[in-house]
Amino acid sequence: MSRNADNWLLRVTNLTKIYGEPNKNTVSLTGPEFNSNICPETDSIVACADISFDLYPGEVLGIVGESGSGKSTVVKLLYFDMEKTGGAAWLKPYADGSIDMLSESNQKKRFIRNNLMGMVYQNPRDGLNFNFTSGGNIAEKLIMAGNYHVGEIRGRASDLLNKTEVPVLRMDDRPANFSGGMQQRVQISKAIANNPPLLFLDEVTTGLDVSVQAKVLDLIRELQQDLGIAMIVVSHDLSVIRMLTDRTIVMKNGRIVESGLTDQILQDPQHEYSQLLVSSLL
Amino acid sequence: MVENIKYANKYNFAFIDEATKKEIRRKLLKAVAIPGYQVPYSSPEMPIARGWGTGGLHVTLAIIGRKDVFKIIDQGSDASVNACNLREFVHQMTNCQTTYDTAEATLIQTRHRITEEELTEDQIFVYQVPQPEPLRSVERYEYRTRQMHGEADYAKMWVSLYESYVRSGDIMLGAGYPVKVNKRYIMAPSPIPRWDVPNLNQSKALHLFGAGREKRLYAVPPYTTVEALEFEDVKFHTEDFKGTECYKTGYKKAFLDELYFDDGSKHFIINDSNFLDKLIEKASPKQHENKYINQLES
Repeated sequence: MSRNADNWLLRVTNLTKIYGEPNKNTVSLTGPEFNSNICPETDSIVACADISFDLYPGEVLGIVGESGSGKSTVVKLLYFDMEKTGGAAWLKPYADGSIDMLSESNQKKRFIRNNLMGMVYQNPRDGLNFNFTSGGNIAEKLIMAGNYHVGEIRGRASDLLNKTEVPVLRMDDRPANFSGGMQQRVQISKAIANNPPLLFLDEVTTGLDVSVQAKVLDLIRELQQDLGIAMIVVSHDLSVIRMLTDRTIVMKNGRIVESGLTDQILQDPQHEYSQLLVSSLL
Repeated sequence: MVENIKYANKYNFAFIDEATKKEIRRKLLKAVAIPGYQVPYSSPEMPIARGWGTGGLHVTLAIIGRKDVFKIIDQGSDASVNACNLREFVHQMTNCQTTYDTAEATLIQTRHRITEEELTEDQIFVYQVPQPEPLRSVERYEYRTRQMHGEADYAKMWVSLYESYVRSGDIMLGAGYPVKVNKRYIMAPSPIPRWDVPNLNQSKALHLFGAGREKRLYAVPPYTTVEALEFEDVKFHTEDFKGTECYKTGYKKAFLDELYFDDGSKHFIINDSNFLDKLIEKASPKQHENKYINQLES
């Protein structure tokens, strides 16, 4: 995919999320230089601030950082799970990228979420409704995008489960009865049900055992190559980042401290925190 | 001596005081203006407990006038206990004429049935509703269901229908089948059988719903589109009475009750008592028409 200034898929500028009541110094008194994201004047907490990046079609972007660095906050803001404090984001397939999607009404946001995005959470309970069957969970996404044909819904659901290697026989079982790896696969099926151009993966392999981790990562890589979905992969695990991503953003205390090609960051980290991160890779 | 007539009548006309009636009427106007939207209201104290038909009674007493002819049915019957007692109460409080005859009535209160006889533009139909929230089965929090209605976010409802079809091969909802009103709000039509649901669509009468315990009013104005939820390939259908008929009249195109006689034999009888009486008297009451009834042979 050729990259130039105009064919971005997702453009994010100055994305900020602050809890509490900030004052005008809050942003300038927090960050990696102060090794804190708590404002000394107001005690408000800066989850992330001034996050700007572009994502290109079919590209996989990694966000890495320690816990509390704000990496999950960034994807949750972009998936409308949280309300932003400041900043804007444009998505090319929505109104040709002319409208800031973070300022839209809830109804419009839901349309974007259901038709143009997918999200895989660390905990399958966040992404799946455990009272519905796995087929029903996938159906929810399809129904929200306007498909009201049971035969088609079931056809699409079994295709997706096939693709993610969940036995189709278990389509009418509840994900509560599945293993963790299978739940994660169902969640991935649901997330890609409407062929979204953009997929968010939030710590998808954390909590899975190593062999299952490898399988889930394989699956994600396959899907990426087959469908050409652009992805934002959030992880604290550098091996996941190395395996999946083209480009990486390193975050600390709610700020971007370094960004560049994944290989470059892993081979030759510039910022001292990135160096620490890479050197602690076992 | 100037006679004090203020206390000559023990109760105000139609029991409820005028200010509260006005409040209920205003809420009803809002409900009619937004078909299918649940309007909160005061649900004042009544001489019966909330949840025993108070919602319907509030609506009836707030809108009844001295010239109204009042009919009340309980699951199709004019003679069951709930109907008799409420009829007696309304009669004592208003002195209005009461009737069993569906065609003669101007105001009909009902518990869980729509009359078989077609309603007219001059009639108002009042429902007693136990649970006004159609989404309660899929979402237990009120603030969430209100948000879902506000944003027309009905995916969960649809998934529950899908799940029901997957589990049982059919949408297993009997009474109170959810409907979409005026292509916007999903509404609980009170626990009427599926047989009655199509009769709400483009009905000539005004339909008012009162849920006393839950303190909600809603309405379907005359000539409003009311559609039962259905998938493109899994359709809504009414109860199937194939191979049965009313044992008194031989009639097949009405909602039938199952009866067991002392000898253990099974019979069916028309549920709507006034409709049954008219058929026995060889009168021919005009029935509701909808595509489900029309395809049945009489």
